[in-house]
Amino acid sequence: MEESTYKVIVIGASAGGLKALKKIISGLPKSFCMPILIVQHLSPRSDGFMAHYFNQLSHLQVKEADEKEPIRPNHIYIAPANYHMLVELNETISFTVDEKVSYARPSIDVLFESAARVYLDRLIGIILTGANEDGAAGIRTIKSFGGLTIAQSPETAEVAVMPMAAIQTECVDLILSLDEISNLLSSLCNQG
Amino acid sequence: MSIKPEINQIVVTQDIETDLLLEAVYHRFGYDFRDYNKAHIKRRILHRMQTTGARSISEMQHKVLHEEGFIEVILRDLSINVTEMYRDPSFYLSIRNEVFPILKTYPFIKIWHAGCATGEEVYSFAIMLKEEGLLNRAQIYATDFNPLVLETARKGIYPISRIKEYTQNYQSAGGNQSFSDYYIAKYDSVILDQSLRKNIVFAEHNLVTDSVFAEVHLVVCRNVLIYFNKDLQNRVVKLFNESLVKGGFLGLGSKENLMFTDVYEKFYVVDAKEKIYKKKVQGVI
Ligand SMILES: C[S@@+](CC[C@H](N)C(=O)[O-])C[C@H]1O[C@@H](n2cnc3c(N)ncnc32)[C@H](O)[C@@H]1O
Repeated sequence: MEESTYKVIVIGASAGGLKALKKIISGLPKSFCMPILIVQHLSPRSDGFMAHYFNQLSHLQVKEADEKEPIRPNHIYIAPANYHMLVELNETISFTVDEKVSYARPSIDVLFESAARVYLDRLIGIILTGANEDGAAGIRTIKSFGGLTIAQSPETAEVAVMPMAAIQTECVDLILSLDEISNLLSSLCNQG
Repeated sequence: MSIKPEINQIVVTQDIETDLLLEAVYHRFGYDFRDYNKAHIKRRILHRMQTTGARSISEMQHKVLHEEGFIEVILRDLSINVTEMYRDPSFYLSIRNEVFPILKTYPFIKIWHAGCATGEEVYSFAIMLKEEGLLNRAQIYATDFNPLVLETARKGIYPISRIKEYTQNYQSAGGNQSFSDYYIAKYDSVILDQSLRKNIVFAEHNLVTDSVFAEVHLVVCRNVLIYFNKDLQNRVVKLFNESLVKGGFLGLGSKENLMFTDVYEKFYVVDAKEKIYKKKVQGVI
């Protein structure tokens, strides 16, 4: 795959997600340039510990997203607990406290759908382990705008429900293990 | 690689249609959503388009202009009223510890809750004010631009299903009485103690189009600015600055910030994490 086809990556994870994300994030090289936006379902009361934790094990800048923050290369943005995270047309981040979607806030669907409308076919959407169906609708939207969709292979997921739901939409391009996802991403954007 | 032209067309067209719909809503009904964050607006409008079976956003515009009652539906879609009692208890704790001691030095205080939704935040404050002996000398203005939520707020009746969570929130917010003293349960609702309400005025006020109406000691505006673009955020925080007495306080939501606004210099930070600010007294701290 040629470089610069894709511009941004969005990832959704729920139960078991911390471990899966750790594996992907810690595997990305320093030269990895594409911004990544992540929704991991969390308890509404959790503070920014996750971003902090990932930042220590990543070569990249991992942070909890801020309102109106521009989406920049070499950065990984994590949605804060209790807010939906969206992407604006001017490639900044915005939040809402709308009702939960698929019992979740932040919701993966909300992030994926808003990102798809901005990045169209230059977006990669990835669904990892989880116990609910959040993200399936988002995968469908990304696909309909021509983006690349990936699900963690259910047999390698700690909880298979979420990737299964994504796969059942028949809108998933690639079904991969965490290692394969990691390798694919690194190969997409390696200027070093 | 090329962006598929037809997909690009659909998105661009929808963006134009969305702007036109917002223009129509503003010119016909006076509600100005033109400077709200577009991603959110589009999400709500597309969602409504699906559930009403409209084929395009333009068709929705037609409905807004010609179908009685449809504007209320749109208004409800665009004003997100999700709220709870003591949302982010640590914010309330900080207000109790850092702000109330100073408010106590005034003989009379005025508080403005802007974007109060169905009132849970206002009553949470009223309870705290009561516990700190401040309620009797407080005048509380609770405003929102959505008349429907104000009606609910005035009643002070909430679903009993939330009470367990609210009780926990109350305690984490530094509440040390028995929370159940503040309501009576009836069927599947709780009715809040009516005496909490006596100094609260609930009124319609639109932060985009209305101006300052009182000089206050504390403005609480949480989870409203997140819906606005930078320009509008700026305009609204200026409004708050105008409304505040020197040395008055401003409390924002946990994801909101004065940092990049024009009034940042006019305030100093009381609690960075909880987004609590104090208006400077003439350049001095
Ligand atoms: C998410 S609620 C926040 C409620 C409460 N402050 C809290 O933090 O839980 C946002 C409220 O802002 C109100 N709102 C939105 N735009 C407004 C405007 N232009 N003027 C006044 N209120 C507005 C909405 O109607 C809604 O009730």
